[in-house]
Amino acid sequence: MLKSKRNEALVAAVLVAPFVAIYGWMFVYPTIQMVILSLQKAPLIVSAEGQSSFVGLDNYMRLFKDPIFYTSIKNTAYFLLLTVIPGTAMALAIALMVTRLKGWGQSLILSMFFLPYVLPITVVYLIWDWMMNFQFGIAQHLIAFFTGKPVNVWRAIPWFMPMVALITIWWTNGFSILLFLAALRNIPKEVYEAAQLDGATRWQLFWRVTFPLIWPVTVLCLTIQLILQMKIFDQVYLFSQGGRTQVTMVMVQYIFESAFIKNDGGYAATVAVAMFVVVIAFSVLNFQALRAGGSR
Amino acid sequence: MTAAVETTMAAGVPRRAGFVDLGAVLLTILTIIVACIWFFPVFWALSTSLKTDQEAIADGINILPSNPTFNNYLYVIQHSDLPIWYLNSTITSVGITFLVVFMSACAGYAISQLRFPGRMALWWTILASFMIPGTALIVNHFIIIAGVKLLNTHLGVILPLLVAPVTVIVYKQFFDGIPRDFREAAVMDGANEFQLLFRVYLPMNWGITTALAIITFIGAWNNFLWPFLAIQNEKMMTVTVGITQVQDTFGVAYARVIAGAVMAGLPVAIAYLLFQRRVTQAITLSAGIKG
Repeated sequence: MLKSKRNEALVAAVLVAPFVAIYGWMFVYPTIQMVILSLQKAPLIVSAEGQSSFVGLDNYMRLFKDPIFYTSIKNTAYFLLLTVIPGTAMALAIALMVTRLKGWGQSLILSMFFLPYVLPITVVYLIWDWMMNFQFGIAQHLIAFFTGKPVNVWRAIPWFMPMVALITIWWTNGFSILLFLAALRNIPKEVYEAAQLDGATRWQLFWRVTFPLIWPVTVLCLTIQLILQMKIFDQVYLFSQGGRTQVTMVMVQYIFESAFIKNDGGYAATVAVAMFVVVIAFSVLNFQALRAGGSR
Repeated sequence: MTAAVETTMAAGVPRRAGFVDLGAVLLTILTIIVACIWFFPVFWALSTSLKTDQEAIADGINILPSNPTFNNYLYVIQHSDLPIWYLNSTITSVGITFLVVFMSACAGYAISQLRFPGRMALWWTILASFMIPGTALIVNHFIIIAGVKLLNTHLGVILPLLVAPVTVIVYKQFFDGIPRDFREAAVMDGANEFQLLFRVYLPMNWGITTALAIITFIGAWNNFLWPFLAIQNEKMMTVTVGITQVQDTFGVAYARVIAGAVMAGLPVAIAYLLFQRRVTQAITLSAGIKG
């Protein structure tokens, strides 16, 4: 009756083969190759005059003294500060508003909040570039109202990151909103009813009942956002096109610039390795810190 | 207004008998206002795309186009490679969706139901890769794809985007949750593992497969960085990358650029609106929450 172990392993091998092949070729191999490349002086496009040569840790020495690299870390950190916690808080507020509604009203309002999430970044970019257009953008009425004059937001350095962060929250928040909504629906009604019988106000209900119950999902949202936003590239690249990109440089963008504009594959790989280390360290730390916070 | 009040009443918020809960009404009104502000950029894009170029840059604020026209859309279709980009996006996105779902279902099934050497090692690699930033690999993806002469091809766009640990994780957890009885009954009837997977396990909940396929499709359609690097030939571009070219070619014709943007976002927006429940399911599943 029982099939032989060997047969089972054989079937398994056939089933995992396509996945393992792709994973090996497109993930494990490039990861290893990246580390090797980071030890070389290598052009991205190998030609007659540009051959790769082994240079040991030279690229890393250069990296530690590279002011643009530090700028890119600083800007990425600034971007995280502007998006992760504010975005998650906003998503929670929106989820609390949406969860009160019922039926088609809820579906409609939820899709208004969620739709931006499914749009391609270039569409988001074109829409907001138009909204913020220095001469004709409709948002300039609002900006002029507050600052007295229109602002070319993509060229004014203090405006750049906060605007990109705002747009990123607008674009990606649907994800967190859905997670919070699912968590809120999982809270049994009886819990609220009991608290209401005790005469709890709406404010007390939230802080004493809802918030502790959805804390695990809050941690999840924060973690996902942190890991996701650390990889920021598209928005910053698109909005800074034609401007002084060095000032607003973020980590992935520096990999991109080193490789595809300066044709310096070895150094780009070094920046990528550094980013790997930073992202993994951050994820682990973040996870530990939030777990500690949640257990209190 | 009445609709708003009714919604609030139906929501069962605490209120004293005979009184309308003012706080609840105000909250509902606030919700509607915030939703309208949130949605405004999308609305504004739709509105602009239906205006003439003169009207789009006219002084003052015209919320709605005075003479709605589809000329911008026609112009973009006729004067850019948009139809070809659509085709390219469809080929790559459908290819990615099919391959990712198929490979993940097979791998997830094997990891969940079969015992084989290296099983745990594979599972831990998948979980670990979850944390690692795929975008950092662009340089080496470029070198690999250039090495096999696949730059500027559909396959070249597809290959690096097939790495999708989340889909495998979701499938594995789904298969884990199916009672062993089903398996034993089918094995009694003489079913082999492939029949078990495709005739018993997957049909048990096509909803999960649909949900994963839709979210994979949306992700594939929307991907920017990799197609942007892998394709230089304008005829091979995806819509997502191509519409930034429209901007360069059309210059200051804002309404036309926005019409191009609306068309690029349309397929994913429609996919979402048609399959809202599945998209929600896919997102909660991928985050490991029971929706």
